[in-house]
Amino acid sequence: MESLAPPPIRRLPLEDAPPATQVVRPAPGSDNGAGAAPAPAPGGFTGARRSIGAPQFSIRRMEVDDLSVSYAEREAVKSVSLPIRQGEVLALIGPSGCGKTTLLRSLNRLTELTRTARLSGRILLDDIDIATIEPTLLRRRVTMVFQQPNPFPMSVFDNIAYVLREQGSRRQRRRTLEPKVHSALQRAGLFEEVKDNLDHPALRLSGGQQQRLCIARALAAEPEVLLLDEPCSALDPQSTQVIEDLIVSLRDEVAVVIVTHNLQQAYRIADHVAFMYLGDLVEYSSATALFGSPREKRTQEYVSGAFG
Amino acid sequence: MESPVTVPPIPAPSPPPSPVRKDAEEGSATWRLSDRVGLAICWGLGLLFCAIAAAIVLYLLVQGIKYLRLEMLFTPATAGFTQAQSGGFSDAFLGTLIVAVMGISLALPAGVGVAVWLVEYGRPAALARVTESTIEAIAGIPSIVLALFGTVIFSSTALGFLSRTSEGVVFGRSFFAASAMLSLVALPLVVASTREGLNAIPQHVREASYAVGKTKIATTRRILLPTARPQVATGAMLGLGRIIGDTAIIVVLLGATQNFAPVEGASFPFDYLRGAGTTLTNFVYEASPTGNLNQPEKAYAAAFVLLLMVLALNGAVDIVHRRARKVGTWSH
Repeated sequence: MESLAPPPIRRLPLEDAPPATQVVRPAPGSDNGAGAAPAPAPGGFTGARRSIGAPQFSIRRMEVDDLSVSYAEREAVKSVSLPIRQGEVLALIGPSGCGKTTLLRSLNRLTELTRTARLSGRILLDDIDIATIEPTLLRRRVTMVFQQPNPFPMSVFDNIAYVLREQGSRRQRRRTLEPKVHSALQRAGLFEEVKDNLDHPALRLSGGQQQRLCIARALAAEPEVLLLDEPCSALDPQSTQVIEDLIVSLRDEVAVVIVTHNLQQAYRIADHVAFMYLGDLVEYSSATALFGSPREKRTQEYVSGAFG
Repeated sequence: MESPVTVPPIPAPSPPPSPVRKDAEEGSATWRLSDRVGLAICWGLGLLFCAIAAAIVLYLLVQGIKYLRLEMLFTPATAGFTQAQSGGFSDAFLGTLIVAVMGISLALPAGVGVAVWLVEYGRPAALARVTESTIEAIAGIPSIVLALFGTVIFSSTALGFLSRTSEGVVFGRSFFAASAMLSLVALPLVVASTREGLNAIPQHVREASYAVGKTKIATTRRILLPTARPQVATGAMLGLGRIIGDTAIIVVLLGATQNFAPVEGASFPFDYLRGAGTTLTNFVYEASPTGNLNQPEKAYAAAFVLLLMVLALNGAVDIVHRRARKVGTWSH
């Protein structure tokens, strides 16, 4: 009779259980020899960064100078200043609604499409105030990739060719566009996979391929700055890894700014990290410093998973 | 063995479920009687409407095949004492094609334009709201009222060049007048369908185009309208269906003569377009037992042609949608 009864549910004593927020984020380094690491950082960010090491060089391309953005009543970004450098990946992190996406969208003046948005302060691109640059020209120099993969409903080739064509112009010869389309696809690491299917509809590619096509599209304009708004949040881990490697490999030719909710991702690919909270730029420093020894208490709490 | 911790007595588990695989869908056997009756009524009504549609199509098919002769589409109606003598309905058939082409070529660009403006621009907001309700109002106006209003407009002296004039009197009945008013019948359908198509495109797709430096107009032309093409086509087909099906405007604004009545002295297409004429719907009405012609066999034949046209439109919409499905859409 005893054997038929299910075993009683074993409950852990509550006082011994760690707070739930600490268990949900496994430390990346914990499984590859964390014991060897001296004095683990608060968040446990001790694993090796996947990026190809320290940047070779860094040139200042953009400069955010005392930027504030508000939507009607709400102030989304409060006097933020930070540099954006080519040769580096800059990650913007912070909890939802902290203004990191608004900051990103301000860099190519997409915020201005929202009618209620009000901007103050300056953003410089190569020492020129972007407010004085024609928005369409600016957006070719500072291109953007979005959270959802959003290729246009046309062929893979036409997706890239659309960027290369003049505004609303008639079709240019395919042969004249081909080299540029191929090179954009190669830079996004997609060419080998799609070279035989350039005429297939882009929306039939897998999610990861679609997102790389979007990156290729953004690169086709030959920008100086590439903005990425949570580019991997809709993708599986494998596609995420491919795109992360791609982002790191792109940092030499374009300045890369990435918004991410994924702290591990920021740690893996970013050279500099900006932590934002409720519109304030709380801390801006190198990735190792921000995750290893944050200066601010709020940063420490956030990267250790105390809130977010 | 007695353990120190007393485990509360737990009732023996119920026997394992029988290995027979259960249907994933619930059966209605456990439902209340009223629910089962309701389901039965839904089923019954569904079957009833299938039966009604099938009856119409089949009856017209049988009658149409019995009475339709190909030459009817090419011989005009003539006066005669028997149905064998009174010719075909080529003028009505051509008339339907003319008002369809002219009506939709007015309604389609205007409707798409209005829809693009409403969805993509919509400023000033007050004007956009007024436009929206105006379009809805037009959709609700009976076509006979539109026809009556048309007579006022097209009988004005300024628009005399669009219809027959005689000693300063403007008749106001012509293919121009009828098509213009018929385009108003089709317009709300084009607008509604195009708006639906544009609204279904996620905002980030527009932004993706702006974010590579494209202007709003380039985005609309190259991305948004091609993406909304199936819905635009649906709107156009529905509009065409309304145009070729309308009778009131034809009677009031096209004159509903049995043959073309070209205006003498005008150059080729304009002599016919300025003149009066008829369409298949009006021919069916006149040829039906209640009409002036009373030749029901030809009424069936003409109705069958009309039905074929509408079915062809439905088929065309299907093809456009199927082609669009091949291209795929965004995951949400």
